[in-house]
Amino acid sequence: QESQASGLPEYIKIVEVGPRDGLQNEKVIVPTDIKIELINRLSRTGLPAIEVTSFVSSKWVPQMADHKEVMSGIERHPGVQYPVLTPNLQGFHSAIAAGATEVSVFGAASESFSKMNINCSIEESIEKFEEVAKSARNMNIPVRGYVSCALGCPYEGNIIPAKVAELNAFLNKRSVLTLLLADTLDEQFATVFFKKGTLFRIKEKKLQDITFCGSPASCYHLISQCIGREDSFGGIMGVAVVDSSVAGLGGCPYAKGATGNVATEDVIYMLNGLGVNTGVNLYTVMEAGNFICTALNKKTNSKVAQASFNTGTIN
Amino acid sequence: TVVPTPVKINLINMLSETGLQVIEATSFVSPKWVPQMADHTEVMQGINKLPGISYPVLTPNLKGFQAAVAAGAKEVSIFGAASELFTKKNINCSIEESLERFDEVMTAARAANIPVRGYVSCVLGCPYEGKISAAKVAEVSKKMYSMGCYEISLGDTIGIGTPGSMKEMLTAVMKEVPVGALAVHCHDTYGQALANILVALQMGVSVVDASVAGLGGCPYAQGASGNVATEDLVYMLNGLGIHSGVDLQKLIDTGTFICNALNRRTNSKVSQASCRL
Repeated sequence: QESQASGLPEYIKIVEVGPRDGLQNEKVIVPTDIKIELINRLSRTGLPAIEVTSFVSSKWVPQMADHKEVMSGIERHPGVQYPVLTPNLQGFHSAIAAGATEVSVFGAASESFSKMNINCSIEESIEKFEEVAKSARNMNIPVRGYVSCALGCPYEGNIIPAKVAELNAFLNKRSVLTLLLADTLDEQFATVFFKKGTLFRIKEKKLQDITFCGSPASCYHLISQCIGREDSFGGIMGVAVVDSSVAGLGGCPYAKGATGNVATEDVIYMLNGLGVNTGVNLYTVMEAGNFICTALNKKTNSKVAQASFNTGTIN
Repeated sequence: TVVPTPVKINLINMLSETGLQVIEATSFVSPKWVPQMADHTEVMQGINKLPGISYPVLTPNLKGFQAAVAAGAKEVSIFGAASELFTKKNINCSIEESLERFDEVMTAARAANIPVRGYVSCVLGCPYEGKISAAKVAEVSKKMYSMGCYEISLGDTIGIGTPGSMKEMLTAVMKEVPVGALAVHCHDTYGQALANILVALQMGVSVVDASVAGLGGCPYAQGASGNVATEDLVYMLNGLGIHSGVDLQKLIDTGTFICNALNRRTNSKVSQASCRL
């Protein structure tokens, strides 16, 4: 296998965050039926996980006000995970009542960001997550953890890797299954990685999931450098999960006019080229992207889609 | 739209102030084929040529070469390809024949002490042939290097490559041409440019081609993007602690100038974000 020879993982799990993270950062409020249609289309692409919505107060995030309807309205394809964001216990209960079977919590490696975003310190936010994690554990519901600003903060600037690892360890101790490194400013991961020469310790003694949202370049660097290395706890490191957003939905709320999420199409294109298996059909993702961009009346942020739809040629 | 000569000259002059050491100024090709470059002589004579900066120009044949030298050019470039079909479609001859034409230019350049840079197109894929073998790229690169090109710029003309194919291609080429004489010219048509450049850097390549504001679409895919944006490349190099000598802010300002003049949006993500840097 080409990918194995070059030290790359054989398989990468793509988590599609377009319907939640993507749409949340789009200005236009998307009708519920469009959201449901988008998610249903994504369910047919082979994507193993699709982040559906966020059980957060509609006062804060009007785009996600229809979380209940979306959750109960979508088709649930066997073998596909449909995680939802639950910032607190109330959201968690609401999510379970609406049929959620996996939830995510959102932390940040920056105090300023935490304060500005969810109006509390990192410590306080962790306390809220603990409640969620506890209830989830009791119900056998998997919890995914996001760490924002892993590489840089719009308010604080540089973030030290140690801080991120600290937060990660904290989440791990509370059985939060996955560490997600969210590069909120889309800075090049290679920067931190090369310069500081540190790998984030993820999960003790197990092949973990580091998930990364960034550009294909950073993604490649991460997955090619991390595989197979031992962490300080005698475990083997590797990157197994990448988050991305169909059509690159979701701008950057911290840099006006800038782009945000990496496009799922572009990541899959790269992984296909590298011989890394994802189980995802690129063409059907492009079609889903085309659908939502038409509905939003906007141009896609995916370079692959841009290059393919105009000529009708797919590579 | 054809860009007015004064705008071109101003663009190049602004680029000359950013710390860039090499700026490809124009192409001495027949205006019948490339109307945009019809003002090649005026541009060449009109720009400020700062000491320490190279202003290479494209010279597809001997006639172009002579016109370039007469206009004051001190470095030229020639364009080959790793694909027979691409060469046929582009300049209506085989790869072998194209290299014979270049030989004339090489001889004249040698006599005039003018350095020649060689471009190899389609190194990771061809819009007509599809897959291109790394061995073919190595073969063409070796020929052009042996003919006397001081540097070979390997171009992923349709931006189709991914880090794996870049690695494979470079491995083959580096067996025939020393890495110090190699450059990469990556297109971002499929969003892979920076990833591919990163791999090339890791393999020892230290010359990278880029275009301010990511100017230049892809003639083979309507509406698609082409060149990687210099701003985005420099941003990455800065982050990696790799010295380029380029002032990113001045570069961004230059990109803003040309985009305003062209009445178009930048293709540079860094410029779009107008980052705190």
